[in-house]
Amino acid sequence: MDARREVWRIYRESIGILGVSLLGGLFAGLVLGSDAMRAAFADFPGLLLLLPAFLATRGNVYGAFGARISSGLHQGLIDPEFEFDERLLNAVVASFANGIGVSVFIGFLSWGILQALGRESARLAELVGITFLAGVLTSIVLVFGLLVLVFGSYESGYDPDNLIGPIVTMLGDVFGVVFLYVAIVVVGVVL
Amino acid sequence: MTDDLGTWRFRTIIVTMFPILIALSVLEMGSGYVLESLEATYLDNPTLLILVPVMIGMGGNLGAILSSRLSTRLHLGTLEFSPRDEQLWTSIAAIMLLAATVFGALGVAAWVLGRVIAEPMALVDLLVISVGSGMLLACLAVILSVAATYVSYQQGLDPDDTTIPVVTNVCDILGVVVLSAVAIAVL
Repeated sequence: MDARREVWRIYRESIGILGVSLLGGLFAGLVLGSDAMRAAFADFPGLLLLLPAFLATRGNVYGAFGARISSGLHQGLIDPEFEFDERLLNAVVASFANGIGVSVFIGFLSWGILQALGRESARLAELVGITFLAGVLTSIVLVFGLLVLVFGSYESGYDPDNLIGPIVTMLGDVFGVVFLYVAIVVVGVVL
Repeated sequence: MTDDLGTWRFRTIIVTMFPILIALSVLEMGSGYVLESLEATYLDNPTLLILVPVMIGMGGNLGAILSSRLSTRLHLGTLEFSPRDEQLWTSIAAIMLLAATVFGALGVAAWVLGRVIAEPMALVDLLVISVGSGMLLACLAVILSVAATYVSYQQGLDPDDTTIPVVTNVCDILGVVVLSAVAIAVL
C-alpha cells in the first residue's frame, strides 16, 4: 500500500504547521468573541467589514518581507545581524509603508462602502484612526519579530523558508486582533 | 550607491506590492460584507466569531500545501492532468485528512473556549458548522489549486509566482463566505 504511506507522509509533514496556525487563529477568535470586542463591533459599524481585509493583508505584507529576508540571507546579500545595512533598511521601510498604507486604505474603503450603500457607519476619522494605529503597531512587532526569528533560525542552522509562512500567519492573527482592540480603545478615548 | 540595490530598493518593493495589496483589500471586502450583513448572527453567537480567524486563514494554508506540491511536480515534468494520476489523488486525500483533523479540532476547541466567554452553542451544531464548512472549503481549495495550476501550465506562467498567491488569497476570501452560508443553514 504505497499510496497510503505517501498520504501519511504528506499528512505528517504539514499537520504541525497547520496546528501552529490553528492555535494562533483560536487565540485571535477568542479575542474577537470577547464581550469587549463585540461591544466595539456594535459601537463602530464598519469594523466587521474591514476585519477580513485587515487580517488577510498582514499575511501578504509580512510573508513577502520574511521571504525576502530569507532569500537575502541564502544569497549572502544581507548578514543576520542588527546593524546598518542599506538593503535591510530598504526592505524594512518598504514593509512599513506597505503595511501601514494598506491599513489606512482599508479604513477609508470600509467607510466609503458603507456610505455608498447608505448604511450606518462609524466616522471616517474613527475607522481610519483605528486601522492606522493598528497597522503601525502590527508593523513594528511583525517586522522586528520576524527579523529576530529569521536571523535566529538561520544562525542556528534551520532553513527559515520552512518557518516563515506559519509564523507570519500566527503572529499576524494574534497581534492583528490584539492591536486592533488596543487601537479601538485608544481611538475611543481620543476621538 | 542606490543603483546596485536592484529589487531591494524600497520604491521598487512598494511599486510592485502596493497595487496587489490594494486589489486584495477590495476583494476581501466581499467577505467583510458577508460578516457585516450577518452582524446580528455573529454578535449573538460569540462562539461563531471564534471560528472566523481560522476560517480566514486555513483555506489558504490548505490551498498553499496542495498548490506547491502541484507546482513542484509541474517544474519536474511529472504532473499529468488526468483523473488517473495517482499522485494527484494521494495529495488530495492528504489534504482532506488534514482538513478533517484541523476543522474537527477547531469545532471542539471553539466549544471549550466558547464556554469561557459566553453561553455555549451546542457541541453538535458547532462541529457540524466547523467540519461542514471546513470540508467544503477544502474541496474548493483542491478545485482552485488544480484549476490554477492547469491555467498557468497552459499559459506558460511560473506557478510559484501565480497560482500560490492567487489560490491562497481566494481561499481566504471564501472562508468567511462558506462559514456564514453553513452557519445560516444549520442555525
